Parts: sequence; structure tokens; C-alpha cells
Amino acid sequence: MGKKQYERPIINKQYSGFMNKFGNATVSQPKTEIENIPVKDLVAQYGSPLFVMSERVMRENQRNVARIFRTRYPKVQFAWSYKTNYMNAVCSVFHQEGSWAEVVSEFEYDRARRLGVQGEHIIFNGPDKSTEGLERAIREKAKIHIDHYDELYELIEITERLGLTAQVAIRVNYDVGVYPKWDRFGFNYENGEAREALKRIVVNKKLKLVGLHSHIGTYMMSPEPYRIAMTKMVALANWLKSQHHVHLEYLDAGGGLPSHNTLKGQYLQAEEALPALDQYADAITGPLFELESYGDSMPTLILESGRALIDNAGFLISTISALKRLSDGKRAYIIDAGINLLFTSFWYKHKLVPAQATGVIKENASVFGPLCMNIDCIHEDISLPAMKKGEHVVLFNVGAYTMTQWMQFITLRPSVVMIMEKGGVEVIRKGESLDYVMQLEQTPDSLKKFSLV
Amino acid sequence: MGKQKISSSLALSENGFLFLPTTGETFTVNEMGKLILKYLQEGKDQQSIVDAITEEYDVEAEDLQRDYLDFMGQLKQFQLVVEG
Repeated sequence: MGKKQYERPIINKQYSGFMNKFGNATVSQPKTEIENIPVKDLVAQYGSPLFVMSERVMRENQRNVARIFRTRYPKVQFAWSYKTNYMNAVCSVFHQEGSWAEVVSEFEYDRARRLGVQGEHIIFNGPDKSTEGLERAIREKAKIHIDHYDELYELIEITERLGLTAQVAIRVNYDVGVYPKWDRFGFNYENGEAREALKRIVVNKKLKLVGLHSHIGTYMMSPEPYRIAMTKMVALANWLKSQHHVHLEYLDAGGGLPSHNTLKGQYLQAEEALPALDQYADAITGPLFELESYGDSMPTLILESGRALIDNAGFLISTISALKRLSDGKRAYIIDAGINLLFTSFWYKHKLVPAQATGVIKENASVFGPLCMNIDCIHEDISLPAMKKGEHVVLFNVGAYTMTQWMQFITLRPSVVMIMEKGGVEVIRKGESLDYVMQLEQTPDSLKKFSLV
Repeated sequence: MGKQKISSSLALSENGFLFLPTTGETFTVNEMGKLILKYLQEGKDQQSIVDAITEEYDVEAEDLQRDYLDFMGQLKQFQLVVEG
């Protein structure tokens, strides 16, 4: 007969007076497989840490959100938010699903073009577009969303110089009851700036006003601000129609829909605290039916969702490097993935569970990354079962703003793989090497030699 | 390290519930914690505890020693053991 299974000893002190009125802590099942592939097999083949993307989940999310909006408003176009995750394979999944590209820099614009997206299917946002970038966007008929007057003046100058017409919209910011106000991007609605900018555009023959753009915030936890924003945008569209006979091709509601990540300081889990996407869709599409004089040619509703479509399609596998005790006896884990890979852990409590079966008794713990930096903390307080060095954990909801905001800092960035919908695993970004990181560096001859004693 | 003795007044229930009557504090332990505490109450020393557990459980002595020392550190932090 075999020996009994061992689990290291745990002792927890009981504190009275801290009962949780919502009952027991959420029980987290171990995540031993991702899309039916054992985590330990993924680590054995591709190393640790390892980002894992699910093609199936991305496509399902996109189709689900598209259905939610298209059952409420007939003309809906998605534009994949490149900054959320601009890995080629990821962008291609969304382009295959019919999404355009929403870019906020020339770097992202060039990525989209290189991937094969036509200019007319690119929405060019952002506050810092260069002359060269604007010229290219004009030539390629991209939709340029103007952020400020200097950009508008420059567009007027370029279009006259080139003798070309630019397809433009303006970004409008509003007071939607969310504070601090997002008024650093675009033209303000309430103080009349947006109307003034629009007046200058509609009288210019080289600028074709094709839409209005709004992006009220990020991780919006209530649908109501969207309703306020869209109501004001529709009022602008009606004013353009009645006063200037402008028939807009589209209204762009931007992004900002939340994912199922729980924010730091948020008491309930995100799944319980957030409204359903249907409620956001109601808020966004409802005001569109107040558009006047559009007849049968209603403008297209553009959505620039990123996070809500991809966060839960991404997992990060990490390995426990060490266990230790803090000065007060609290358990601490050091794992091989830190804030260098999870910039998002500054504001999210990323779900973290063991990747193997464990006992049921949990202990309060801190989880630190591998960096020799005090700020490298993934979880200050998390209840975890006993795990040991060498075992793996899986972090959830890491598809958005990780692979674009990660840092090459202290250590190398790992591989990213995608589990394909039709089976199999593909590396979509190789893990970095020292040669890769150092290839751009140049050392002056006078600094090439030294001798240490 | 001197021989460590578990607090004589500590009450350990069958299902892993610990009560220290002198302070009123309560603790919970998992199966392995309960077993080590039971052996400590029986007056077993570190080596015989490690021998007994490695005999019965699927664990290397080296790993167990490490966990044992960590556990003893916890007991000391909670003032459940005293230097004997």
C-alpha cells in the first residue's frame, strides 16, 4: 500500500469580530488545465512564466458582444483596440471576426497596415499624431479622430498642401457624472468647444466630417455615463444635420467596458459587482433612436472594445520560486512573474489559483514577483492553500493591457502561446533572449575594456 | 536550538481545533499540523517526529525538515511553544 499524500503543516489563528456578512470566501478550484491542456505540459514545453491566450474565448467574446449590440441596433461595427493587445495573432483573430483597427499611435497604425488592414478600416485616435502620420492617414483614407485644435489646423494645412481630402471625426468629451472628468482628450461639449470645432470642419472643403467620437473612461462600472454621453452625442449629430446638413456615417462610442477583473478596493468580486453587458448596450444604443432626419440610412455605431473582449482569454502561468515568512509570521510566496509582466496588478486583484490539487485549509499570504524591488507585489493579501516551491499557479484575466504594457526590466519577457480553436498550441511571441534585448545597444570603443581586481 | 516544549495547557481537538485556555486564543490546523502537535504533546523530539511522518506519508525527510522548522517558527510566533 502506498503512503498517504503529504501536505505541509498549516496553523491559522482565529480572530473573532471579523465575520464576513457575505459568508465564506470564494472557493477557488485549482486550474490544472487550460482549454484541456495540462498546465504542467505547457510549462514543460514552453517554460515559465508563460502567457496563454485562448483563441476560442476571444472569438466567443467578440460574437457574444456583437450579438448583444446588434440585437439592439442594426448597424454596428467593432474596431479592435490595438493598445489593449497588439500582438499580431491576437489582432488577426479580431480582424477575422470583422473588426476594424483602432490605433492611437503611428506605431500601432503601422502594425495594423503591416498586418494587412486597409487605411479605410483604421480609426486613428490619440493626442500625438505627427505630420508624417497624418499625411499617411490622409492618403490611405483612414478615419482621423481629431483630438485638439492644433491637430485640426495641421490637417487643414496638410490637406491643402497635398490637395487631398481627409476623413475626419472629432473626439468629444462630456460631463457624464464621472469624476475626475476625462476632459484631457478631445473637444468639450458643455462649454461649446466641440460645436466650434465642428463649425470649422464643416466649412472646409478638404475635411470630410464622417463621424463623432467619444470615449468616456475605462473600466466603467455603471452604464449610465454611456447613456449621458450618447444622448449628448446624438444632440450634436442632430445639430449637425439640421444646421449644417451633415449626414454622419458613424457615431463612435469608444470603449471602456469592464472585464471580470476585480479592482483593488472593490469589496465584491467583479462578476457580482458589475452590471451585465446588456445593460451597457441598452445605455449606448437607446439614445441612437433619437437621431433625427436620418431615415433609413442610420449612422453606424462603432465600438472600440478591448478589455471586455480579451481579458478572460488570457492566463499567466507562473512557478513558485520560494516560500518565506514575513516579520509577523505571515506566509509569503515568491513567484516568477511580477509587475514587469502584470502592470495591471497595480489596480487589479488578479484571480490567482494553484495549478495542482491542494488541501482545503488556506492561509493568508502575500504573493511577490521575482524583481528585487519593493513594489513588486502581485497580491498583498490572498487566501491560498498550502503550496510548495516548484509548483505552479495560474493568474486569470490577463489578456488586456499586459502584453502591451509589460516591461523589459531586470529580467526577460517570456513566451506567449495561443491555444488554437481547432486544437494545438502555437507560440505567438517567442520568449526574449539576452541577444534580443542587447541588439540595439552600442558601446563606445573606449568603454569596451575594463579590468577588475 | 534548545529543545522546544509545547505549552502544557494547549487543548487540541480531534478535528484540528486548538484552544489555549491561558489566553483564550483559538487556532485551526490542517491534518499535518495536528499530527505534529500531537507528537509534540507526546514529548517526541524533531528526529523522531520526522521519522514517524516520513514512514507514513509520501514526503522526503529534507522537505519535511524544512516544513517542520517553518511550522515551529509559527508556533513560536503564536507563543505556543517555549524553550525547554
